[in-house]
Amino acid sequence: MAIAGESFKSRASSALSDASLQTSIAGLKSGFVAARARAVAALPEFEAMRDAGAAIKDHTLAHLDVYLERYEREVVRQGGKVHWARDAEEARRIIREICAAAGARTVVKGKSMVSEEIDLNAALEADGLEVVESDAGEYIVQLAGEAPSHIVMPTIHKTTDDVADLFEDRHRAYGFMDRAKSAAELIGQVRTILREKYFAADVGITGANFLVAETGSNIIVTNEGNGDLTSTLARVHIVTAGIEKVVPTLNDASVLLRLLARSALGMEVTSYMTLSTGPRRADDLDGPEEYHVVLIDNGRTEMLGGAFQSMLRCIRCGACMNHCPVYLSVGGHSYGWVYPGPMGAVLTPMIAGHEKAKELPHACTLNGRCQQVCPVKIPLPDLLRRLRHQQWEQGFIDATTRWGISAWAWLAQRPKLYRAATGLAIPVLAWLGRSSGRFRSLPLASGWTAGRDMPAPQGETFHAQWARRARQK
Amino acid sequence: MTGDRASQTNSTQPRVGLFVTCLVDLFRPGIGFACVKLLEDAGCAVEVPAAQVCCGQPAFNSGDTDATRRIARQTIEAFAGYDYVVGPSGSCMATISKDYPEILKDDSEWSERARALAGRSYELMAFLTDVLEVSPPETSFEGRATYHDSCSGLRSLGIKQQPRTLLSGVKGLTLTEMQDAEVCCGFGGTFCVKYPEISVKMVSDKIGNIDASGADTLLGGDLGCLLNIAGRLKRLGKDVRVLHTAEVLAGMADRPGIGDGDRD
Ligand code: SF4
Repeated sequence: MAIAGESFKSRASSALSDASLQTSIAGLKSGFVAARARAVAALPEFEAMRDAGAAIKDHTLAHLDVYLERYEREVVRQGGKVHWARDAEEARRIIREICAAAGARTVVKGKSMVSEEIDLNAALEADGLEVVESDAGEYIVQLAGEAPSHIVMPTIHKTTDDVADLFEDRHRAYGFMDRAKSAAELIGQVRTILREKYFAADVGITGANFLVAETGSNIIVTNEGNGDLTSTLARVHIVTAGIEKVVPTLNDASVLLRLLARSALGMEVTSYMTLSTGPRRADDLDGPEEYHVVLIDNGRTEMLGGAFQSMLRCIRCGACMNHCPVYLSVGGHSYGWVYPGPMGAVLTPMIAGHEKAKELPHACTLNGRCQQVCPVKIPLPDLLRRLRHQQWEQGFIDATTRWGISAWAWLAQRPKLYRAATGLAIPVLAWLGRSSGRFRSLPLASGWTAGRDMPAPQGETFHAQWARRARQK
Repeated sequence: MTGDRASQTNSTQPRVGLFVTCLVDLFRPGIGFACVKLLEDAGCAVEVPAAQVCCGQPAFNSGDTDATRRIARQTIEAFAGYDYVVGPSGSCMATISKDYPEILKDDSEWSERARALAGRSYELMAFLTDVLEVSPPETSFEGRATYHDSCSGLRSLGIKQQPRTLLSGVKGLTLTEMQDAEVCCGFGGTFCVKYPEISVKMVSDKIGNIDASGADTLLGGDLGCLLNIAGRLKRLGKDVRVLHTAEVLAGMADRPGIGDGDRD
């Protein structure tokens, strides 16, 4: 997916005035936050599990080369093939070549954020392939020509009504002439349509929640079971995964899976968990003839060993955005690319570069709620602050902010001068505001006063009063 | 000055250096005097070092780490001689106790001093409760209040129960918890002027929760948040009084609330 052109601020502004979007997000706020809290409360060892999860990820990242090679050996031993892609371009080329070699016409896809990251659908469609998303949410955004607005719930920006409108318009072609009256009916339509597609598909592409080094397996979790069908029914199965998805053992994966289901949806386990290990063996009842894994770097190795390595612990649960008051105000599309919310505000500049995502690290109050819920304890606010620091050093901060902060910092280092200046200014402001106690507008403060009054100072500054008190003693 | 000299001088009274915070200095000096009263009532000798301005957070959160280091060194120097450093803000005190040691950790001359200061620095409510173990002050305040948990205090310093425990002794005050008391009010330092629309949306959500709680008073421990919430409340014409917890505890809440004037 290409990075959106206009600014975060203007997208956020439209999102704030989009009533239907605000209704949809409100559900996320109440429903998922409460569900997660219940699931966590029911598991006394959850905190210890977070530490264990972070430790598993840290250990793997510290020996990433070892575990990736082990994983590759196991995949090959099971009859599969591993492809290494340095960036999005290379990943797309590899996948297109596999599809071409298989003589594919139809591709069914499971939900995969990394495939969004590398903009896979457009590339395959340009080759004349029909690409069908099999996750209901992804199916809907694909049909609407939109991007997912949440990494777990791609259609969280849409109400049931929005979807009914969309299907009424687009599902006539499949013989559904009447508008669906319930969510169940909508899902029924998707099921009917997808069933045909599964059997027609030549290639199934899935993402990966975890790649298990000891067995060469890929684990995906879904609540619709579409992962099973996508990876078993087509002739060729392609797994797309970021290189950070590998974990040493099945045991490690199970710790992370328990964290994932609770953090993402407040569930103890997801409805489906699919393990795929290599192509179909002689005595298997089903499975693909070919099994490919495309391991994608796309900026990840640059994060290894540095100040941002902890971001690679991310298991894509979405808890950080579900708890982010900014995300919950402006929705996922405001962030402009595949990954929204706190994790996106870190990842997008890391993967796409500061120039394409300058605003994201700043669009945050550093309130820390994301870090508090992150199942692998990623210090997201610290990482955002580090990105701000990088921007400051590399000259990405706009001149007004830079000048303002520098001037203020200069003054803050001169207590006597600061005291003299504020000692004069504050009593004047206090006097001007004494009767109402506040200002409706103030020069140079429109950012504040557009939606808020500015409380007036109470009187003289504390330090002026304290100094006088000391003199009188 | 050479090195830190944590001293109890000639009495057993702890010497406390008050970190006033820049917002309290400029906007609400009464909170500073409330701190002085609470600390003195608890048996501390309170001093206010002159060479303090701000903890440096605006620079730190804007990415100017060098300027933050310079301000940090100035603050460390100013508060070197005290047994404790106490301030009426979780946010500023978290900067001093968590961020200073981090940004100065590679500075051979200052890292030790930064850590020493961090170990002696407390947010006011935490200091009164956890260090001095004072009993809730006997004072009175007529009102039905709700408490906003400011983010840094809550998440960096674990301040949650302390103000509530202290407030539990105030006669005439009922404290009702609001929904999402722990969710950010949208202040966020420079965030509130960089992204005013989002900030106003967030503070409006907060006000929805204050309203729903039925409170006539909003209390909190960080003036930044309180200015933000009061500013929006007043813009909406709402009659909720906004005060810092210290003002109530010190019995100094008899003046206009934040954003209220003489005629309110
Ligand atoms: S950063 Fe943490 S909370 Fe956010 S998606 Fe990743 S693992 Fe989940």
